[in-house]
Amino acid sequence: MWAYVLRRLLLGLPTLIGVTLITFLLLNVFGGDPVATQMGKNPDPADLAARRAEYGLDQPLPLQYLRYLKEVATFDFGRSFVTREKVSSILAQRVGPSLSITLPALFFTTLISVSIALVAAFNRGRFLDRFLMFTAVLGMSISFLVYIVAGQYLLAFRIGWFQIFGYDSGIFARWEYLALPILVQVIVATGYDVRYYRAAIVEETTRLHVKTAFAKGLPRHTVLIRHVLRNSLIPIISRVMISVPFLITGSLLVETYFGIPGLGLTVLDALNAQDYPVIKAITVLVSILFILGNILTDVLYSWADPRVRLR
Amino acid sequence: MEIRSRALRKLLRDRLAKAAFVVIVLYALTAVAVRTGALDAALGVNPNNPVVTTPQEVAFYSAPSTESWTRWLGTDRQGRSILLRAIWSIDVAVVVGSVTGLAAVLVGTLLGCVAGFFGGRVDATIVWFYSTVESIPYLLLLLVLSYSTDLFFDRLFDRTQIEAFSEPGLIVVCVALGATFWTGPCRVIRGEAIRLRDGEFVTAATALGASRARIVLRHVVPNVAHLSLVYFSLAFIGAVKSEVILSFLGYGVRNRPSWGLMIDSASRGGLAIDFYWEIGAATLFMFLLVLAFNVFTDSLQDALDPKTH
Repeated sequence: MWAYVLRRLLLGLPTLIGVTLITFLLLNVFGGDPVATQMGKNPDPADLAARRAEYGLDQPLPLQYLRYLKEVATFDFGRSFVTREKVSSILAQRVGPSLSITLPALFFTTLISVSIALVAAFNRGRFLDRFLMFTAVLGMSISFLVYIVAGQYLLAFRIGWFQIFGYDSGIFARWEYLALPILVQVIVATGYDVRYYRAAIVEETTRLHVKTAFAKGLPRHTVLIRHVLRNSLIPIISRVMISVPFLITGSLLVETYFGIPGLGLTVLDALNAQDYPVIKAITVLVSILFILGNILTDVLYSWADPRVRLR
Repeated sequence: MEIRSRALRKLLRDRLAKAAFVVIVLYALTAVAVRTGALDAALGVNPNNPVVTTPQEVAFYSAPSTESWTRWLGTDRQGRSILLRAIWSIDVAVVVGSVTGLAAVLVGTLLGCVAGFFGGRVDATIVWFYSTVESIPYLLLLLVLSYSTDLFFDRLFDRTQIEAFSEPGLIVVCVALGATFWTGPCRVIRGEAIRLRDGEFVTAATALGASRARIVLRHVVPNVAHLSLVYFSLAFIGAVKSEVILSFLGYGVRNRPSWGLMIDSASRGGLAIDFYWEIGAATLFMFLLVLAFNVFTDSLQDALDPKTH
């Protein structure tokens, strides 16, 4: 297995280089000049040149790219153009709030979706199944923004169950602010997940060994848990791992609208201020997590299903 | 080909799918009417002009009234008709959805067929390209793409030159979404093309001396066209929803009615004084379009699935 993991890690390198190429092209080649924006109208040419030299933007593009690769390799992205803080320390501060939203959201979404999907799959074709599936489609057809704005308006502003905006970094105090964003994330993701899990579970219930289990008189819940759910673990694992990047982008929206200082809000602020080092660092960080997540998915496959062998 | 005529028969029997299709056609026709200016001319209205008469009303939201049909859903902070703006927003949604869908499917189908059919280094390069694009979270990629495309257009063209052709924000959104959404169809169609590569009709065409480019275009591409249709539909939904988000975040359409701008405006002012007609109208108009597409895509996928026969 370790040989497999090592090989996959090496195969992830070209992807990572691809990501650095794309971000470099989009920001340094096609993007605007952050120095000119920072200095405002009619800047002193000497100041402009000095600032460019400080950021290394005066160098030829291939050299700038090589420097970027070196930054990725050492994971030292220098300092923010705007706050002059070290990018690594910005990231370290912002990872916590983001994970405080995404991890609980992912956990509850999966728990709720798999449960609803099991109920639907075992009532396949009946009214309950069709009702649940149509509700899922209705939920999927409403914009993410509407959930955020309506949640803020109804649950926080009118009823006052939650905080509308803001964040507290205390281990316990933060949940008062995070509860609503997590709820919104769970509601948005559940519609998609329920449909996917139901399809996967229905596929399993048609297998012969499930018929055998029923035929030999096992109770429904035993068949459900031991024979159907266990075999559906592979699609469930792959879905959970695929959701990880979705959760990071999804949290960009909730972080922005609930004022939570996570990676999503940071990257949006950085884009508005043309703070390239921060954007580049976050993009690379997320891509690395994505590549590692894919490898972890395959390792989990072989744990969930002994028939899968990693070679 | 047989699977497709069977799928069409199944779709025609599906009442829900037919209803969804009618809704989609109605939205498309409205979009054409808005785009060509026919709707403005026929109704003698402009969604950017206030419809209220007194200056007091212009400064504030006004509740629905039956005074004029343009005021059925009330007016927004600038005294403009909410009903008109919600209808005129269909134009942006349908343009973004269909342009993005077409671009994503065209690029995805061609690259997928080429990768699957030729294999080897061509395949490895295309797989590398789409897995790289997919490893950047899509909203982050969309935002950076919109930001860079916008600045790049500024450098290439004179802004008034683009404005004469179309709203710059609209083109930027289409480019960004198209460059993001082609990976899904590409991955699936590549898999299908690998399966087709060993088919008898490919062997037969090769034996008859057909060139490889001809085989891809005449034999492989038509055989995956039904998948392309499903992916067009999925990209359309994704594009409509993303356009709203991008416009809301300030990276999309600016000078045209858009549901995203309506929700943004509602969240900034209207809701604080319990005025929910603006967000309600935008939500409902968008919901109907996305729901119709969701239902239609589901029926399409069901109809094309040989297992549900």
